[in-house]
Amino acid sequence: MTNLRMKWAFLVVVLLTASYYLLPTVRYYSMSLEQRDPRVNPGVTGIQKNAMKLGLDLQGGSYLVYEVDIDKIPEELRTGDEIDQVIEVIRNRVDQYGVLEPVIQKQGGNRIVVQLPGLQDPARAKELVGKTARLDFLLVQNAQELFQAMTKVDQVVARRGSEFLKGVLDAETTPPPLGDPLTAVLDDVSPGDTAAADTAGTSLSDTTATAVDPLLAGANPFSTLFQQVDPNSGVVYCPFENYGLARRMLDEVAGNPADGTPAVLAGGTILLWGEREFRGDNENPGRFLYAVTAKAEITGDNIDKAEVQFNLDPTRPNASGVSLTLDKRGAAIFTRLTGNNVGRQLAIVLDNTVESAPVIRDKIRGGKASITGLDDDAEAKDLVIVLKAGALPTDIIPLEERTVGPSLGRDSIEKGVRAALIGGLLVIVIMIIYYRVSGILAVLALTLNLFFLFAVLGALRGTLTLPGIAGIVLTIGIAVDANVLILERIREEFRNGKTVRGAIDTGYSSAFRTIIDSNLTTLISAIVLFQFGTGPIKGFATTLMIGIIANVFTAVFVTRLIYDSILSRWQLKKLSI
Amino acid sequence: MFEIFVGTKFKFMEKRRVAYVISSILVLASLASLIAHGGPKESIDFTGGNLLYIAFDQKVNTSDVRESAERAGLSGSEVQMAQENTQAIIHFRSVEGDTVNSFYAFKTVMEEVASGVTVELMSQETVGPKIGKELEKKAATAILWSLVLILAYVAWRFTRVSFGIGAVAALFHDILIVLGIFSFLEIEVSLTVVAAFLTIGGYSINDTIVVFDRIRENMGQSRRMSFQEIVNKSVNQTLARTVLTSTTTLLAVLSLFLLGGVVIHDFALAMLLGVLVGTYSSIFVASALALDLSSWWVRRRQGQGQGKGKENRLSTKVAAAR
Repeated sequence: MTNLRMKWAFLVVVLLTASYYLLPTVRYYSMSLEQRDPRVNPGVTGIQKNAMKLGLDLQGGSYLVYEVDIDKIPEELRTGDEIDQVIEVIRNRVDQYGVLEPVIQKQGGNRIVVQLPGLQDPARAKELVGKTARLDFLLVQNAQELFQAMTKVDQVVARRGSEFLKGVLDAETTPPPLGDPLTAVLDDVSPGDTAAADTAGTSLSDTTATAVDPLLAGANPFSTLFQQVDPNSGVVYCPFENYGLARRMLDEVAGNPADGTPAVLAGGTILLWGEREFRGDNENPGRFLYAVTAKAEITGDNIDKAEVQFNLDPTRPNASGVSLTLDKRGAAIFTRLTGNNVGRQLAIVLDNTVESAPVIRDKIRGGKASITGLDDDAEAKDLVIVLKAGALPTDIIPLEERTVGPSLGRDSIEKGVRAALIGGLLVIVIMIIYYRVSGILAVLALTLNLFFLFAVLGALRGTLTLPGIAGIVLTIGIAVDANVLILERIREEFRNGKTVRGAIDTGYSSAFRTIIDSNLTTLISAIVLFQFGTGPIKGFATTLMIGIIANVFTAVFVTRLIYDSILSRWQLKKLSI
Repeated sequence: MFEIFVGTKFKFMEKRRVAYVISSILVLASLASLIAHGGPKESIDFTGGNLLYIAFDQKVNTSDVRESAERAGLSGSEVQMAQENTQAIIHFRSVEGDTVNSFYAFKTVMEEVASGVTVELMSQETVGPKIGKELEKKAATAILWSLVLILAYVAWRFTRVSFGIGAVAALFHDILIVLGIFSFLEIEVSLTVVAAFLTIGGYSINDTIVVFDRIRENMGQSRRMSFQEIVNKSVNQTLARTVLTSTTTLLAVLSLFLLGGVVIHDFALAMLLGVLVGTYSSIFVASALALDLSSWWVRRRQGQGQGKGKENRLSTKVAAAR
């Protein structure tokens, strides 16, 4: 293959690779808001993972930094896990609140960073995050109590009738922006007319989720969303697709667990959700729903010690388990509790979410219990964190908060994109007027530049922020520079009497050094900014860096390739430049 | 070919005294403003504090906003109106009493005070004092590193000391003047504005390098011209490129400034001024300084006796041109 052919082949490969990485971004952002909701379109999570992300300043949301006040805990009681515990608690609550893509991370110096994108009501989220954790041990009821409680929900939902369901369903089919608190929607629903409630015996469906429409006609709008687990236990499973709807219904009837303990439904029973879990072949995690006693006999205060231990189960010696030690009062209650309820499950509930529900195997005296049968090490560790979190005796201090409301976010995107488009257009016009056909080539290089920029952002799963858009605008402005350097040189060589070929050759080679030099210093600034900058500024530095590198590539390699190819085909006596 | 600035022979270097005067005035004025204000006006990113950016669905009275802020317990509040009184920016120190959420507190009171108005949250920022100090340090470190790296690069690239100093002086000149303008207009310097300054720094050197590269190239070729003539010629040769690139960058940034919205406004202003001043300094200041420093250096060495080195070869020409 000739040199030129190889270069073209290389370029094509690069273009194809870039397209591959760019595709998820294009697909994701050309979807309507509805289609982006994973409840409506389960495949979307895969696409979203590979796409470019939007910063909080563009999607709206909160950025919160907290410090865990370790100093408040006397030294001898510190375990080193405190931050993990707080993270677990926060994660739990944020999850309850319904934020779709929260980011909760440790940061040096006892700090935790929480990012909650797409919030409609940032104020509530903040309040939630700051509360003190609560851990309860609640007995799981049996199937009959579960049935009674779920029927109660069915009745209330059915009584509210079509009005209510329509409101909930409407909210389902035109989902509000991601992360909407699940209860906010229901405020608009007025208590419906008094349709006669069909209280005929309901049964728990054990088929996969039924379509939503029949719900309007059915008598068990709530129960049909669930699958049976065990005919004797007070637990049912709600598949991923139905969770949103089921959640809203239950919140409406009993209240959002994030706001406090849900209402008692029947005979001292409350319904609580478990964590996300996979069941069977289901690719998406659903949730278990537990019917538990409302009264907590043992709480987090009663825990003396909780740790991961091996060899607790003689049949699985290498498996990790959790060893739990209760204080004297707790131990006494525990002995009675376990004695009376062998074979039943005991739910370990953190902030109204069931984290784990081990079966009581036998009467436990002395307050020392072991929990076995856990899936793996990680589950054991997590459980210990949960148990300890319930007993965490300290506060978290808010250090920094930045919240962008949804309308400002939308506004910023619109304005940013418009500025970029118009700025780009102006630059293009100037280039073409001044350099004519060669100007068009330069514009082509610029377009490629942007193409690569977004492809790389997608490949790196980078985040686009408002300063990031500014970085793109800046890149457009300075990208032209490399092309200008080359073209000016070529013009000069023409004036000096060189041939077309000669002028191009010299133009490129003499400009090359200068291009590298001049872009390098801006690149240095960008790298420093990336290193020291926070969120939005990092976004700026990222687009600038990628833009500069892509720019050098397109200006030097691509345009040269085009000129060379044209020259090798036709003998040009003069150049439109 | 449609061209501008072909074969221009502007006598830039001859005019450099004028440029020096203008630059000195600008730099001194900037310094004066900065000193008078006690440094640049820092945003809450660095000082710590609270900010509420609110939008209303209709025009409201500034006094209503002020009153609501007071009653809502936002102590030490300062109110700025925007968008023809349909938006408000409230700076305040802290929240009093039980108020958990400053926005809700304000919203409740405001909707009472100015009945019928809908209050919407655009953005809210709270920076604790600890974080403020940390961000200050971070910004300072970033600036320091940026300067160090750029200086190192310039030193490596331009072995001529006078070039290096010229480039760096132009850089400081640019940043100082833009900072002075910000100080004069009392615009807050936030993290993003600092980012803009750092970028201006990189861009300014960028510009200067293009001219210096040309000077070096021409020095290698023409043995018969004086240094001053070489510099002149180089600046003229790169004029087209400088103007064109500045124009495109300017257009892009101008678009951002005019259309980009409130949030990015200050950043865009910094970039805009940076490009303008940077272009001016690359043409008039950097090269002029390089020229003068070079001749000064040469004269010093001549005063100390015969020395070897490239500087010397030009020295006689320079002496003759004077």
